[in-house]
Amino acid sequence: MRFRIEQRPEPSATMRVAAPVIAALLTLLAGSLLFAALGYNPVDALYAFFIAPLNSINGLSEWLLKASPLILIACGLAIGFRANVWNIGAEGQLIVGAIAATGVGLFYPDPESSLILPLMLLAGALAGIAWAAIPAFLRARMNTNEILVTLMLTYIASLLLSWLVHGPWRDPMGFNYPQTALLPAAGMFEPFDYSYRLNSSIFITVIAVFLTWLFTDRSFLGYKMSVGGAAPLAARYAGFRESAAVWTGLLAGGAAAGIAGMAEVAGPLGQLSPQISPGYGFAAIIVAFVGRLNAFGIVLSGLLMSLLFLGGEAVQLGLGLPSAITRIFQGILLFLLLAADFFIFYRIRRLPEHA
Amino acid sequence: MDLFLAIFTGTVIAATPLIFAALGELIVEKSGVLNLGIEGMMLVGAAFAFWAVFSGLPMPVAIAVGALAGAASSLIFGVLALTFLTNQYAAGLALAIFGSGVSAFLGRSFGSAPIDALDRIQIPFLSDIPVIGPMFFRFDPLVYLAIAAFFAISFFLYRTKGGLILRTIGESPETSHAIGYPVIRIRYLAVLFGGLMAGLGGAYLSIAYTPLWVENMTAGKGWISLALVVFATWRPLRVLLGAWLFGGMTILQLQGQALGVAVPSELLSALPYLATIVVLVIISRHRQTLALHFPASLARPFRPPV
Repeated sequence: MRFRIEQRPEPSATMRVAAPVIAALLTLLAGSLLFAALGYNPVDALYAFFIAPLNSINGLSEWLLKASPLILIACGLAIGFRANVWNIGAEGQLIVGAIAATGVGLFYPDPESSLILPLMLLAGALAGIAWAAIPAFLRARMNTNEILVTLMLTYIASLLLSWLVHGPWRDPMGFNYPQTALLPAAGMFEPFDYSYRLNSSIFITVIAVFLTWLFTDRSFLGYKMSVGGAAPLAARYAGFRESAAVWTGLLAGGAAAGIAGMAEVAGPLGQLSPQISPGYGFAAIIVAFVGRLNAFGIVLSGLLMSLLFLGGEAVQLGLGLPSAITRIFQGILLFLLLAADFFIFYRIRRLPEHA
Repeated sequence: MDLFLAIFTGTVIAATPLIFAALGELIVEKSGVLNLGIEGMMLVGAAFAFWAVFSGLPMPVAIAVGALAGAASSLIFGVLALTFLTNQYAAGLALAIFGSGVSAFLGRSFGSAPIDALDRIQIPFLSDIPVIGPMFFRFDPLVYLAIAAFFAISFFLYRTKGGLILRTIGESPETSHAIGYPVIRIRYLAVLFGGLMAGLGGAYLSIAYTPLWVENMTAGKGWISLALVVFATWRPLRVLLGAWLFGGMTILQLQGQALGVAVPSELLSALPYLATIVVLVIISRHRQTLALHFPASLARPFRPPV
């Protein structure tokens, strides 16, 4: 029997939706093979990784708490990715957002003012925007590749954070730990229940999802940007400016990542330390792709990615496996999604036998 | 004089991993493929080479293990980009994340154990000449291998038929296919070579440069190598010069920290990243120079018509 790969006459709409599901299922399969190779019972290990973390209210709270920044950042990134604007430095934009928000929270003259939280939100968003404006300016005006610039700025942002927490912003009462003082209570989001960490910042993500949907599916600029991504020549012929897409795409990602950084310090963290993100900015890239660059798809893939983070922590505690396994799963998930996407445009046909 | 010597030799050593990785990526890009996953391939090479030394394997074997691990990881990218025709940006990013995960996972088994670094060569007479000896004849063998790779790749690209075919494929895979060259097979070989070289660069970091395993120890060197290829406008000699420039920057920054220059060490550490941005901006403004040397089919998926 022989097979041939051939192009579909029309891209398959079914496969477009099915590909992420197939990729997620195959990632589970690859995961069980990996666990088996490491000498663990795959069923037990998969249970410990994917089911056990959600078995309690605290687990559910942590699930949503981690999904929130992933979804928020992925929404911002998706706007750029649709236009082929490759912001892969959301991690850095998240860090500067957290730094700016903490700066406001710590140094605002009246620590009990109810203005602190909104000002921190604003500072986080503006810092993320400013950090993303550098690659936007360089790409739009100087023709400089935004992938490399956003990445380099991520390294610079984490050095800036390191300098602040080891130097000028170090908490004098902090036993010499590299961390800032705790934010005042007025600079923190209210948890829904003080036994758990999930807090009201999750509403920001809900609003962002809705705004992303409005922008990508209901606005003219969003439409123009999608055309620019799918068919650059057509977009140019129609007179859609590329630089507008570059600026919008990068700044949307920067704002989302900056706000996510703010929500991390004003939520679960409460202060700055050298490590403030377990790689949300990078994981959000995968979330955006697995979610098909669509706001509602991103919600689902963000929940999946959050589970990968939780599962990594759970097997680290329970089975003594390094939490780096999360990044292995992330990589496999994106590999498999990309491979599955092939079948949107191609299909395998069995060739009739003939002599 | 001692300071000059320290800066000179330090520069050559710091540039070596960049030379390996960037020359490998140069070959990949010349074939029209863009692999953004260098950082991941270098980490995989670093972790596997370290693991080999840690398990008591001899140095040459460890170097080969690192290089082959890099090549094996690049094969994942190759299958996606060349067989499944995926977006090459996304496939490369996935490889970068995957490689950092795999290396960190493997790295847990040896923690922060030290190993003996790769020995430096000692040539009778030559290594003992004052100044000249330490400047040129006392490096470890991989430093010389990197330089040899530069000459070999320059010769291959511009003086052999194979190099001409590779460049033709990078310019126009359609034409090359029509003439009868196996475009996909050659691109696979180029991708594997890029992985091999990135693996070597990573191995150099973990068993010669800082004989120690640290999670994410490449610290952006893979991405800087990617920038070097653009900076070099896809020409080998400029890759070499660019790598020395960045190596020199790294060493000046370390010397600055050692001399206690009155600026925060984080600012000095940020210099190579800042320099990468500045250099990219300067090069990218010359659109015509870029267009002249840019492999025309770069990052564009190609499927031979049936």
